[in-house]
Amino acid sequence: MKDVKSQASKNAATGKQGGLTAEIQSRIGHQLRAMYDDVVRQGVPDRFAELIRKLDVPQTAPQVGETGDQAIKNDGRD
Amino acid sequence: MPLTDALRDDILASVPSLRAFAISLSGNGDRADDLVQETLLRALANIDSFQPGSNLPAWLFTILRNLFRSDYRKRRREVEDADGSYAKTLKTQPSQGAHLEFEEFRAALEKLPQDQREALILVGASGFSYEDAAAICGCAVGTIKSRVNRARSKLSALLYVDGAEDFGPDETVRAVIGGSGG
Repeated sequence: MKDVKSQASKNAATGKQGGLTAEIQSRIGHQLRAMYDDVVRQGVPDRFAELIRKLDVPQTAPQVGETGDQAIKNDGRD
Repeated sequence: MPLTDALRDDILASVPSLRAFAISLSGNGDRADDLVQETLLRALANIDSFQPGSNLPAWLFTILRNLFRSDYRKRRREVEDADGSYAKTLKTQPSQGAHLEFEEFRAALEKLPQDQREALILVGASGFSYEDAAAICGCAVGTIKSRVNRARSKLSALLYVDGAEDFGPDETVRAVIGGSGG
């Protein structure tokens, strides 16, 4: 870790002021995507899949599950 | 347009990146998921105003971004529970060294002004074009470009220059580069 960082800082120090070396640019991009993709890889939590499924019920259909979650669950096709 | 099966699938497919965007913006997993939930509810409630064939992810990101903005104003005074709450949202904990570096990066990202942070994330992580990012943020393309550049410069300074002062010569070097002022 230290090696990478000191290498990067060396480049920063020798680079033009106000400009970024290509290496630092790509390092920032890489870390940004790594952080972001960690979350993306978690996929769709059940909570949201369920939310969208529930709202997809046609409005004309009677809401059988008014009494609570359990009723909805029992009424489900899966 | 009406909520077709295909559209519903497309919305679902956008959820992972919406969450990533929300977490990057707020730095807090629980709050991010609340934001995503509210985004989905709004999107579904206003699905009629979505133009078929237009960019669905950009539409959803715009809703989330606007919600975050209004939410942020409300919560401005609250103390952030930023400590480790982001890491907790990750299923796999990175190794110790990687974890430290990761935390350092996240902390630096949070120090950026909000305008710059969201621009950098949209372009650098979400993969939107400058044009889409500008539409999402409601500003000019040139503005997005300069925000992204400033964000990168600031991150670089926070992570790779200031952080390296322990190594000694950087301060001197910078003073020299900085010119003849004194």
